[in-house]
Amino acid sequence: MTIFIPTPLRPFAGGLDAVEVTATTIAAALDGLTQAHPDLRKHLFTAEGNLRAFVNLYLNEEDVRYLPAKEATPVTATDTLSIIPSIAGGI
Amino acid sequence: MATSTEPIALPELTTDDLSRYSRHLILPEVGMEGQQKLKAARVLCVGTGGLGSPLALYLAAAGIGTLGLVDFDVVDASNLQRQIIHSTKDIGRKKLDSAEDKLLALNPALNVVKHDTMLSSANALEIIREYDIVADGTDNFPTRYLVNDACVILGKPNAYGSIFRFEGQASVFATEDGPCYRCLYPEPPPPGLVPSCAEGGVLGILPGLVGVIQATEVIKLILGKGSPLIGRLLLVDALSMRFRELKLRKNPECPVCGDNPTVTELIDYEHFCGIVPETKEDKSMKNGIPQLSVKELKQRIDAGEDVFILDVREPYEYQIAQIGGKLIPQNDVPQRLADIPRDREIVVQCRSGARSQRIAEFLKQSGYPKVVNLAGGILAWADEIDPKVQKY
Repeated sequence: MTIFIPTPLRPFAGGLDAVEVTATTIAAALDGLTQAHPDLRKHLFTAEGNLRAFVNLYLNEEDVRYLPAKEATPVTATDTLSIIPSIAGGI
Repeated sequence: MATSTEPIALPELTTDDLSRYSRHLILPEVGMEGQQKLKAARVLCVGTGGLGSPLALYLAAAGIGTLGLVDFDVVDASNLQRQIIHSTKDIGRKKLDSAEDKLLALNPALNVVKHDTMLSSANALEIIREYDIVADGTDNFPTRYLVNDACVILGKPNAYGSIFRFEGQASVFATEDGPCYRCLYPEPPPPGLVPSCAEGGVLGILPGLVGVIQATEVIKLILGKGSPLIGRLLLVDALSMRFRELKLRKNPECPVCGDNPTVTELIDYEHFCGIVPETKEDKSMKNGIPQLSVKELKQRIDAGEDVFILDVREPYEYQIAQIGGKLIPQNDVPQRLADIPRDREIVVQCRSGARSQRIAEFLKQSGYPKVVNLAGGILAWADEIDPKVQKY
């Protein structure tokens, strides 16, 4: 599946705007992503391993928080996962 | 507005209005009544910068009757790459005055209301209450949450936009049935984790793209036409020129707009965003890091002291201006501690003093015994010590 990396996190993913991973669930996909790019881990997860509250994850166009199985939701090769961080710029 | 709360009597269009807005009047979606709704509308633009410039200009051109502007800043040369409402001759003027001139030149019938202040918990409800719709074009998390909460409390829709580098986001928050900013982002990121445009840069055209999307949503909300961005987050990537859309849901547990709200009045948003207020007496110390003024640094250099300055900016910034520091970009510092002596005092320096403060805190945590932050960074150096140092 494809994981879209937002601008603020690209420096921690080798400058890539998208990363391809092979995984069966959202959690496994994130695992694959942070194994390939370990610097991303602290930006996405707390020290306890939970997803940070200000990081939003979308499977295709759905918020993972509202999926019944949340991060255990199965994924296929054609799905996309988007990481949507807060940005505040405007001036 | 879209539903039943229209003013009882809409203002008449003058002969001038009929010719000025003729291209609107022949659109079935606007027409005479729509143009009258625009004339009756009161819209508040929070910020007259990158997003606020195109927003205010297009809203003024479209025939919005009353446009409120909130800003306390003055025009700086570095604004002009994107803040197209201001001109070179306006450098040093209040942004409000500069914006008012341009807006009235474009549309003399416009009623401009200037709010020369920083929006705060003390004044936000009072200011926003006077308007029908808010367009948020600010640049920091505390104000984003403040504008959101005030809009939810007062029931005013918020045409939202934000930008970073080549990426933008837009949505419409705080409508009666739609989600709010807190439904999307329940918690702000800790300070320092998400760089601002001043630190990370922004493509000058991007606020134009996103601000015009906000203006479009404002107009649609007033007309009650089309499908507004309610419950949808539009993502704009200018580099790949891709627009994507995500679904937003109203969070029933949202502390502001949920079923049992716990935030029913405005709070301390700086504190909410983890920003520790600077008190006057501890200006010389911030989060345990002594703050060195540029004047003190100059005195020490002039006195012949061999000061170790660690410049944590990026190489392209170093090319623009530097004050003799050793360049190690902030993200490289953790891997290059061997290049930073532990037996000397380290003066950490960046552009404005923000990044260097974080790196100073990091070095202190890494066991460096004497670390100070150059307050105000190279900007303060250019202002107070050497005007030949290029500001950017």
